[in-house]
Amino acid sequence: MWNTVFPYLLSGISVGGQYALIAIGYTMVYGILRLINFAHGDVFMVAGIVMVYMAASGLPLGICIPLVLVITALIGFVIERVAYKPLRTAPRMSAMISAIGVSYTLQNLVLYITGGLNQIYPTIPWISSSVTIFGATTKMVTLVTPVLTLILVVALVWLINHTKIGMAMRAVSRDFETSQLMGIKINRVISTTFVIGTFLAGVASLLYFTNYTTVIQTSGAMPGLKAFVAAVVGGIGSIPGAVVGAFIIGIAENIIKGLDIILFRLGVIKGPMGLATFSDAFTFALLIIILAVKPTGLFGEKITDKV
Amino acid sequence: MSMLKVKDLKVNYGGIEALKGISFDVEQGQIVTLIGANGAGKSTTLRAISGLVKTASGAINFMGRDIIPFNAQQVVAEGIAMVPEGRRVFDNLTVLENLKIGAYLRTDREEIEAGIEDIFQRFPRLKEREWQLAGTLSGGEQQMLAVGRAMMARPKLLMMDEPSLGLAPLVVKDIFSIIRDLKSEGITILLIEQNANAALRCADQAYVLETGRITMHGTGAELLADQRVRDAYLGSTAR
Repeated sequence: MWNTVFPYLLSGISVGGQYALIAIGYTMVYGILRLINFAHGDVFMVAGIVMVYMAASGLPLGICIPLVLVITALIGFVIERVAYKPLRTAPRMSAMISAIGVSYTLQNLVLYITGGLNQIYPTIPWISSSVTIFGATTKMVTLVTPVLTLILVVALVWLINHTKIGMAMRAVSRDFETSQLMGIKINRVISTTFVIGTFLAGVASLLYFTNYTTVIQTSGAMPGLKAFVAAVVGGIGSIPGAVVGAFIIGIAENIIKGLDIILFRLGVIKGPMGLATFSDAFTFALLIIILAVKPTGLFGEKITDKV
Repeated sequence: MSMLKVKDLKVNYGGIEALKGISFDVEQGQIVTLIGANGAGKSTTLRAISGLVKTASGAINFMGRDIIPFNAQQVVAEGIAMVPEGRRVFDNLTVLENLKIGAYLRTDREEIEAGIEDIFQRFPRLKEREWQLAGTLSGGEQQMLAVGRAMMARPKLLMMDEPSLGLAPLVVKDIFSIIRDLKSEGITILLIEQNANAALRCADQAYVLETGRITMHGTGAELLADQRVRDAYLGSTAR
């Protein structure tokens, strides 16, 4: 039984970690701007494409990887400055539509550059190698992802709770105007938030595409959407919430992928029932249930606007 | 010499003239108050000085510098701090962090620590609640925190927007005694109040604001004795 479930659990934890790194970007941006950054999944995809082209140009991977992370963070910075900052005082809907515009712009830009063909993601040595753990064979990246995710999340939470910029981020997320009265440059704080969020999406892209090996212009859509659901399930605006939500979704999704085999081994079903088909449906069903039952998510706080 | 000189200041809010050209001075070391009804333009005046709203015309001169082109962050750097209306403490930050964020532009670490100790001596209740989230404080405690937070910027001019609003009468008394203390320590204060009685009692200079215009000016005592002010703003409280 354990031998059957374990590989699915393992990849679930790994995928969960990747979703978590993306979800943090959604939740941080929402926390500070009350904006669902629909372009976030596409930035994740672009990070993959940048890596493909960079590796193809012959640069050693040791340079490519940090460069990809820097470029991804820079893309996040530019998107905020160009597409969201001018709309700071506009109704929230305008920024959201702008986000959708950025999303399609990125997708189509990549379509234009790549011709819509699957790009082979470069093989990063060591994390692409196979390992056997408790009888399950998997890529090293599966083991690296949750560890790396945890380290990054702890670092991020520390940054937010114990540094001056972190304090400013919390202040700006609550009250723009009073933050300005403290002398905080809110645009700088918002830019920092985007840079951190897209940097983490860049890290996620390295891990994710190492696992899936190809990138295409729509590659960001599904992981992006699932990370978004993770952020909502955890309570949008909450970083621990996004991480927990992401692991729930990653694990559940992968267990469902193996449900046929697991149930068959348990003797519950006699033959394949194609339950794996429901792995994506589960994620979105969870979204609907959370929105209906607990709209603030697992860790979300009720926002009471005092009058 | 006047610390702050406001001249013929006009501010438009979505097509409405909120300020129709007001002029007033704030002398160093004094308490100056603007009184007036809801919507007279009191808050708008403070928001214009602090760089939160764009001015249409006029001049704001602070310690010899024109601060009209400055944004809110630059105004703070010039030495003007604000205690905003409704206190606006960061309820998701601890009491200590709220004080620290008041000193956001300062880099003198040791002096900041000393400043926090000063605030805690002045308001022992805040010291007791140092690690609590500011959202858990009572209204009066939050007002003390908002004052402490503004003081952490070491302002030359402290602007206070309705500090007594929504507080119990006993607490209001506390707040005004704090304002007097601050003055005795040499801090210049520009105070906005609907509680005209209390404001005029502690003010050196006072201005009456009516629908975007200054209609009266005098010392606090003069306006307190003025029959028109008594009728319009003091009501039963002055009897």
